[in-house]
Amino acid sequence: MTAALRASGLCKRFGEFRANDGISLEITAGARQALIGPNGAGKTTLVNLLTGVYAPSAGDVYLGGERVTSLAQHQRVQRGLARTFQINNLFAGLSVLDSVLIAICQRRGLGARWFQSLRGLLEPEREARALLERLRLAAEAELPARQLPYGKQRLLELALGLATGPRVLLLDEPASGIPAAESREMFEVIAALPREVTVLFIEHDMDLVFRFAERVSVLVAGRLLVEGTPDEVARDARVREVYLGQGEP
Amino acid sequence: MSFLGVVFDGIAYGSLLFLISVGLSITLGLMNVVNLAHGAFAMFGGYCSVWLTTTWGLPFLWTLPCVCLAGAGVGALAERLLYQRLYRASHLDQVLLTIGLTFMAVAAATFFWGPTQQRVELPDFLRGQVSVLGLDLGAYRSFLIGVVVLISLGLRGLIERTRFGAQLRAAVDNQQVSAGLGIPVQRVFCLAFALGSALAALGGALGIELLGLEPSFALEYLVYFLLVVSVGGAGSVRGTAFAALALGLCDVAGKYYVPQIGAFIIYALMIVLLMLFPAGLQGRRA
Amino acid sequence: MRGVPKSVRDLSFWLLPVAGFFAFPDYLVLGSQMLIAGLFALSLDLCLGYAGIVSLGHASFFGVGAYTAGLLALHGWHEPLTGLCVASLAAALAGLATSFLVVDRQGLTRLMVTLGVGFLLHELANRASSITGGTDGLSSLELDPVLGLFRFELSGKVAYLYAGGVAFLAFVFVRRVVRSPFGLSLQGVRENAARMPALGVPVRRRLIAAYTLAAALAGVAGALNAQTTGFVGLETLGFERSASVLIMLVLGGAGRLQGAFLGSALFLVAQHLLSEQSPAFWQFWLGGLVVALSFFARGGLLGALDALLGSLRRRGLAPAGGAGAGP
Repeated sequence: MTAALRASGLCKRFGEFRANDGISLEITAGARQALIGPNGAGKTTLVNLLTGVYAPSAGDVYLGGERVTSLAQHQRVQRGLARTFQINNLFAGLSVLDSVLIAICQRRGLGARWFQSLRGLLEPEREARALLERLRLAAEAELPARQLPYGKQRLLELALGLATGPRVLLLDEPASGIPAAESREMFEVIAALPREVTVLFIEHDMDLVFRFAERVSVLVAGRLLVEGTPDEVARDARVREVYLGQGEP
Repeated sequence: MSFLGVVFDGIAYGSLLFLISVGLSITLGLMNVVNLAHGAFAMFGGYCSVWLTTTWGLPFLWTLPCVCLAGAGVGALAERLLYQRLYRASHLDQVLLTIGLTFMAVAAATFFWGPTQQRVELPDFLRGQVSVLGLDLGAYRSFLIGVVVLISLGLRGLIERTRFGAQLRAAVDNQQVSAGLGIPVQRVFCLAFALGSALAALGGALGIELLGLEPSFALEYLVYFLLVVSVGGAGSVRGTAFAALALGLCDVAGKYYVPQIGAFIIYALMIVLLMLFPAGLQGRRA
Repeated sequence: MRGVPKSVRDLSFWLLPVAGFFAFPDYLVLGSQMLIAGLFALSLDLCLGYAGIVSLGHASFFGVGAYTAGLLALHGWHEPLTGLCVASLAAALAGLATSFLVVDRQGLTRLMVTLGVGFLLHELANRASSITGGTDGLSSLELDPVLGLFRFELSGKVAYLYAGGVAFLAFVFVRRVVRSPFGLSLQGVRENAARMPALGVPVRRRLIAAYTLAAALAGVAGALNAQTTGFVGLETLGFERSASVLIMLVLGGAGRLQGAFLGSALFLVAQHLLSEQSPAFWQFWLGGLVVALSFFARGGLLGALDALLGSLRRRGLAPAGGAGAGP
């Protein structure tokens, strides 16, 4: 079966520094996969390579079997690959509803319509409000993003990713900075996503990883160390060494 | 005029441009502030020199160090009172503030000295020609080139061998980390701005003979200074030097050999260079 | 004000120019200038206030429009409305051609490019004096009556209504554009350009479209200027004009459509009153005002009004609803 997302020998060098070194990774359709690793391992770099923010020094990216390595970021999004950011990357002055509408209009091919009034687009607005409802942001729909508390901003970050209608969703530490109870809620929303959406998330919180991930990939110093079910990875000696400093390198 | 004459003129013009623009390059690279008032600082130096020679009867050469000090003072004051607030501001706000300052400067110059060209009295030994290696070169231009070369060497020494220079380089490279290392970033900014303004003021005074001096100077030559900095790369002294010399040579050669096109070449060249090197020839920031 | 539909609220300020027509019959020439400058500032608002492109060379397109209209009139094509359309098209082409230089750059480089294009065109017009008239410009332009009925005359009545009509139509058009999905995507680019590709938006294409549209509108303003004054000079392309339209827009309030007209009106009235004393006097206080704007009133007059209304509302002293035509 064709993998939903595949990286083949991806490398990214910044001068002499190898942020990602020969990463080959396959994510099956409908998977709930976690990407873990110590700080500086290159996880966000990998996401940037997969989404097209960086051009790889070597290697390829395949989305649903199609080679997308030379495609720009927005083109990959249009083919169903979306991502969220580790640090909130929102539209400070735009309302929550408007922010989400941008993505929805774009997906529906309305993004370039300059003669149509936004308020007249009932379907997109309905879809936007439904999405906000699912993410418990409906009450804040008219507020500008900068006025939201941090936890709600994180939810908006997720909403922006979902609004693009992705087949594959890359989440970069979606729960970072949020207290445990709220992050559990957010992950329940993620887990409730239909199986048509493949999810890869970067996380540091092992509790969340074990609760929601079906497969785990471990990235260390720019290389994939181990891949397997959460239990397999937890028992792997190399992983324990990296995280806890036990045993020989 | 011979080809060597054109080259010499171009080098002289380029040196002057470098002297004025280097301050802009440092402040842009350091503080990421678009300072459209930089031409006004240069103009200030010019009018200072005129004032000192006409009202106080000071010989031209003596006005030069005074102009430097005045420029440094005004620069430091401007940095503390005004520019300091712009570090985190949007480019639009920076453009507005600095354009506003320029307008005020131009208006003040017109008010005090009128719209006509100003002149300074050069000492005798700077007039006419000098014979250098068998060539007859303009005395003033030779003097100008000499001054700029000395200042460049001094600047390089300052930046590469003094503690202030090291702090400056660090702050240009990474402001946050520098602050974290205990470098007094605010003080470095203020001193760098003062230094840049002093050099610009000196350039303005030295440039009276070459470029003239009238209230429109601040805006008219601003585009050249910005051009030098954006092509050479903000924050890079060497890049600024290359760009200034290149611009000086091209402008003089262009005006001499193809006068019908004149300044047109410069703007076209700038656009081409910016298209090819968006971060400038040696720039750190685009 | 809550029951009143937004379109009525946004358009109601056009009653002012209408009132002005009857109230100040001796100042209609100044009035036309205010309307034209307002349209010019509106075009910059699309570029700056909505798409977030800071341009110091927007007069390039004003000048292209002005010279195109002027040259048409000079060489036998006296019909004003078609002249207006052709001028707008020429300006749009100039905008499209230069947009590629502008949209890919950021910060100082982008600013330099806009500045450079402005100086380039100015120099070009200066050199090609056989076509453009050089420093003398094109003068004594003759135009046929508007719609075949209304001849331009000295009192400036027809010119005022012509400029006003075109400006009004342009306003309605731009208002439509900014309240569309396209307009929303422009605002997204302004607020956070880096996030937009991650939402699937082809940012470059949007900016090129916005910049070209802004250029076309600036061209309309330039052509109006040429047609109503009968004169086109180098200053239509100059840095002074680029700088002053930027100031007018910021003065009134960028990103708020009416701000463009409000700022232009205030600017020109102030200039009219203050430069009688001496041009240097006007320039000094203008500079001071601009410095003050950059510190205290970044949203311009409408922004300040909004802030005032906001604080009054918080104290329960004013009804809901904002100033300006933001979507």
